[in-house]
Amino acid sequence: MRASSAPPALRRWFAAVGPVDRVGVEERVAKFTTRSIKKAAKVQGLKLAVSMVDLTTLEGKDTPGKVASLCRKALRPHDDAAVPAAAAVCIYPSLVRAARRALGPRSPVRLASVATAFPSGQTALATRLAEVRRAVADGADEIDMVINRGAFLAGELTRVRDEIAAVVATCGPAALKVILEVGELETYDHIRAASCLALGELRPGDFIKTSTGKTATNATLANTQVMLEAIRDHYLETGVAIGMKPAGGIRTAKQALHFLVAVKETLGDAWLTPARYRFGASALLNDLVRQLEKERTGAYPAPYAFSEAAESY
Amino acid sequence: MPRLPVTKTPKPYVGGAFIRSESGRTRPLADATGAFFAHVPLCTRKDLRNAVEAAAKAGPGWARRTAYNRGQILYRLGEMLEARRAEFAAALTRFGARRAAALREVDAATDRLVHYAGWADKYEQLLGGVNPVSGPYFNFTVSEPMGVIGVLAPAEPPLLGLLSLVAPVIVSGNTVVVLASEPRPYPAILLGELLATSDLPAGVVNVLTGLRADLVPTFATHAHLRGLSAVADAAERRVLDLGAAESVKRVRYTPDAPLAAWLGGAAQGLEPIRAFVEPKTTWHPIGA
Repeated sequence: MRASSAPPALRRWFAAVGPVDRVGVEERVAKFTTRSIKKAAKVQGLKLAVSMVDLTTLEGKDTPGKVASLCRKALRPHDDAAVPAAAAVCIYPSLVRAARRALGPRSPVRLASVATAFPSGQTALATRLAEVRRAVADGADEIDMVINRGAFLAGELTRVRDEIAAVVATCGPAALKVILEVGELETYDHIRAASCLALGELRPGDFIKTSTGKTATNATLANTQVMLEAIRDHYLETGVAIGMKPAGGIRTAKQALHFLVAVKETLGDAWLTPARYRFGASALLNDLVRQLEKERTGAYPAPYAFSEAAESY
Repeated sequence: MPRLPVTKTPKPYVGGAFIRSESGRTRPLADATGAFFAHVPLCTRKDLRNAVEAAAKAGPGWARRTAYNRGQILYRLGEMLEARRAEFAAALTRFGARRAAALREVDAATDRLVHYAGWADKYEQLLGGVNPVSGPYFNFTVSEPMGVIGVLAPAEPPLLGLLSLVAPVIVSGNTVVVLASEPRPYPAILLGELLATSDLPAGVVNVLTGLRADLVPTFATHAHLRGLSAVADAAERRVLDLGAAESVKRVRYTPDAPLAAWLGGAAQGLEPIRAFVEPKTTWHPIGA
């Protein structure tokens, strides 16, 4: 959908938040991959990335046992004690109790649950809010919600805003991450418009998040950059600092370092903390730990020396 | 009007693609007359790392093929080398081999592929077996491929030496990363072009060119390489032995020898295959 054919409410919102220069963004992010990060800086970056990982499992075949082992892995990603714990585990609401048992009551690893009929969001608002309430009551520290993409694209912006506000209110003390599902928003203009919409409803300590990982297009440097710039503009305008979480498709340590370069050069060092930046990923943690091990020993380790690397022998 | 010369950029074959070194480094290669021939990439340890990743990705698919199919593919490789006999011989003579010796080397390389193609569905009968036990069950030993194997090809002969080390490793379902002859890398580049159009899946054989001094230490320590088949001098052997001990990998050395020693039947057979299979012993109840 091009801006000219968009519903009038969406068109007015585009005018309010400003357009995105597509070529400019893509040229800008291409530069992020050219930074040379070696030795001590690389080790520091890798450890920072480990501490920002939301270790995720969102599969129909998840079980309490699998979630418990995920929690152990998040608490202690590697036998080398110099490797920090992950930021959080991210799971389905039905497994929150099992995860809380596995992590213990005062865990350094936070417990995030997707809610609001993840990944489609296509149920009644009351059902979605009940799901959030239940996840928080079961012990979730953070809630990952999806926005109503259908309503957004149809120009029902007030409805999207009200739904986000309702979830914020329902979350209580839990932090909220608003998933825009950039793969379904189609253009950078839409991503910026949706980001600005969500940012207006959020509290300090909340996040906006790129995607569910369930569609073809996930986090890329470019769509993350559009969201980072929306966060920057919101911060400069209101003084409210919102966090960012790219999710899906970030598999290698090298990619993670590129994303960190983007944060540092767009939002500055204040965002280089797990309190304001997360990676939603399942395979990334293994590669980060593997690269840290390579830096420590000087030899390339085999992937099967780390947990859950089943792709080869 | 004379045509402008069209020269080839030699590029190593890794993961089914023709790469330049990630470092961008090359070195000028002169032919036997001393004339400039081409710039050959100097691969680095990162190129080796990428090649190992490619080989690891190709491993399960290659190992799952039937022995018969692996034999067919190796035989077809031999067929294609036979068809390009003149081209490979010319590549050898250009860098100093006499014409008769070059033809002998290419023919022997073709025969070596055919030799190991024949072994594909036969080595298991010699290496595996049903072990005698005093109990109501069978006890089998079967050979399994080890995974990714590193090959350090000799300086001479550049084609036959490389293929004599690579063929027995891949016949059992291993995949390889091979460092081509340092002084004469061009036949290995040409072999990469042959592999690209053969039935061999991408990533089963990955060819690197470069300096041994740059790459031998990484071949030694890379833990994802499960074995090394090498022609190496005493100093290199020390580096390889130490690194292999650290990363627990098997090492097989072949003596550095002139062409004549690589031509004969003594340079082939079951032993080079046996060196890179892992015997797996298992039991099974009788009658179930």
